[in-house]
Amino acid sequence: MKLRAGVRDRLSTVRFVTDDESHIEVNQEVAKATGAAAILVAVCPAKVYSIRPDGSVGCEFAACLECGTCLAVAPEGSLTWHYPRGGFGVEYRQG
Amino acid sequence: MSGQDSYDFDVAVVGAGPAGSVAAHQLAGAGHDVVLIERGSEPGSKNLSGGVLYGRALEAVFPDYLDDAPVERRITRNVVTFLNRGSRVAIDYSDDRLADPTNAVTVLRAKLDPWLAGRAEEAGAMLMPGVRVDAPLLDGSSRVIGVKAGEDELRTRVVVAADGVNSFLARAAGFRPAPEPHQLAVGVKAVVDLPAATIEERFGVAPGLGAAHAIVGDCTLGIGGGGFLYTNRESLSLGVVLRLDDLVKRGLESTEVFEHFLAHPGVAPFLEGGEVSEYGCHLVAEGGQAMMGRLAVDGMVLVGDAAGLTINSGLTVRGMDLAVGSGSVAATVVHDALEAGDTSLAALGRYEQALRDSWVGQDMATYAKAPAFLEEPRMYDGYGTLLADVLHGVFDLDTRPRRRLWRTALDTVRHSPLRTRDLVSDVWKGVRSL
Ligand SMILES: Cc1cc2nc3c(=O)[nH]c(=O)nc-3n(C[C@H](O)[C@H](O)[C@H](O)COP(=O)(O)OP(=O)(O)OC[C@H]3O[C@@H](n4cnc5c(N)ncnc54)[C@H](O)[C@@H]3O)c2cc1C
Ligand code: SF4
Repeated sequence: MKLRAGVRDRLSTVRFVTDDESHIEVNQEVAKATGAAAILVAVCPAKVYSIRPDGSVGCEFAACLECGTCLAVAPEGSLTWHYPRGGFGVEYRQG
Repeated sequence: MSGQDSYDFDVAVVGAGPAGSVAAHQLAGAGHDVVLIERGSEPGSKNLSGGVLYGRALEAVFPDYLDDAPVERRITRNVVTFLNRGSRVAIDYSDDRLADPTNAVTVLRAKLDPWLAGRAEEAGAMLMPGVRVDAPLLDGSSRVIGVKAGEDELRTRVVVAADGVNSFLARAAGFRPAPEPHQLAVGVKAVVDLPAATIEERFGVAPGLGAAHAIVGDCTLGIGGGGFLYTNRESLSLGVVLRLDDLVKRGLESTEVFEHFLAHPGVAPFLEGGEVSEYGCHLVAEGGQAMMGRLAVDGMVLVGDAAGLTINSGLTVRGMDLAVGSGSVAATVVHDALEAGDTSLAALGRYEQALRDSWVGQDMATYAKAPAFLEEPRMYDGYGTLLADVLHGVFDLDTRPRRRLWRTALDTVRHSPLRTRDLVSDVWKGVRSL
């Protein structure tokens, strides 16, 4: 059954047109000072964020589903986020 | 003001969701020069919803929508389930009257939105897909005089911001603050494919008809919000809606809550044998009337989710109908303003009153207290269990003498961790807010 295969497998059902420039930027210093990493990792339904071995925030922007959740809860100054350029990013076929 | 020739269009509508496409359709139909700008390479490609469209508002704009638009099933069965760890209590409401006239249909946005935008194009609007608007174009006195997209500037008499829940247009010039986490929820969704006959059998509906299940309680691990399970023609739309303040406070992962929902014994049997054909997520505006704020500024009006127009009553999530309604009301006011040659705040500001007077504004007012009521954690933990305990007292016939229902209920309340005072107060608040 394809239902419980986890986020990675589920993300493979989504079509993306990947831009070469990222639409997400983490301010590592602010993130470190505010503990943003744990929040970002937990809230994102696409598992875009990770904590790197050195404690900094990893960000795999290409998997972003563009919901805006991370931006809404990120500690002030830790994240710059905008929509990808027109025509790039997620392309739902059902929605 | 500059002369007529210096405008590229009369109106720029930003965002081809239901709010934007309806506004564009109405304005183009009234003879105005309208551009409909959408950042997705096709309308709908960025959009996702649970998918129950309360269709009367759309029917007022497109009387033939039921025959012509890509709708999935007509909803005639509504089920509200309190899902607890080992028990569930449901209210199951089916009614033939919901089919005639059709009250609600399920839709998939990647299919519905292109149809809506197509209707706007037929009325004469120019669709410009694959273009992200970066900010409103302002003149020296902070009047909106168009939009900026990359290097390009488009000059227009009026901008209609229909750019959804994250509305960067409204935020850009400080017209509206960014919403607070308690005013937002994230919806995590999957579409699960199943044969039509299987759906009809499992959900107890006839061909063409459908069911909408709203689920609260353990399915979100107690996080404020709920689950939904809706029937499409040959798939289910299902997922969880999680209030952001509560999600962060509890430190749970949104994906973990979603997994829990899929695997929940109250949900899993409906999905058995199905395959996820698409996964996705999107924010829901949950703030209700308190989130609305300013709806018009000099040269620009806000419609749909960009204006915070969503109602979550706990039983229904509504936004698409309010988007359609507000797009339509805004179009009337913008039309009058264009005709009168005055698109200043004085003229466009009439939209706020017009919206308040419309069914959209009236419904927002009716449900104004719902968000605060639904922020009460007891909704997601205590009450489902309490209901199950009362019913357990009624149905668990273990040869001890039965007592009347009200005694059983009173005893259950007395022994539950919920305080009678809270219960009475919540019931009272519920009656007044829903
Ligand atoms: C999980 C979930 C379940 C829901 N369930 C229901 C339900 O069952 N029933 C219901 O009625 N409502 C439901 N809603 C709410 C409903 O989806 C919204 O209220 C509705 O889509 C709002 O319509 P809109 O046109 O205002 O905005 P949207 O549909 O969000 O459209 C905004 C459009 O603007 C575009 N855009 C955004 N920014 C830019 C930019 N800068 N430049 C160009 N284009 C831009 C976007 O790509 C998008 O096409 C649900 C929402 C979610 C997330
Ligand atoms: S916008 Fe949504 S999907 Fe994209 S990184 Fe943020 S939380 Fe994840």
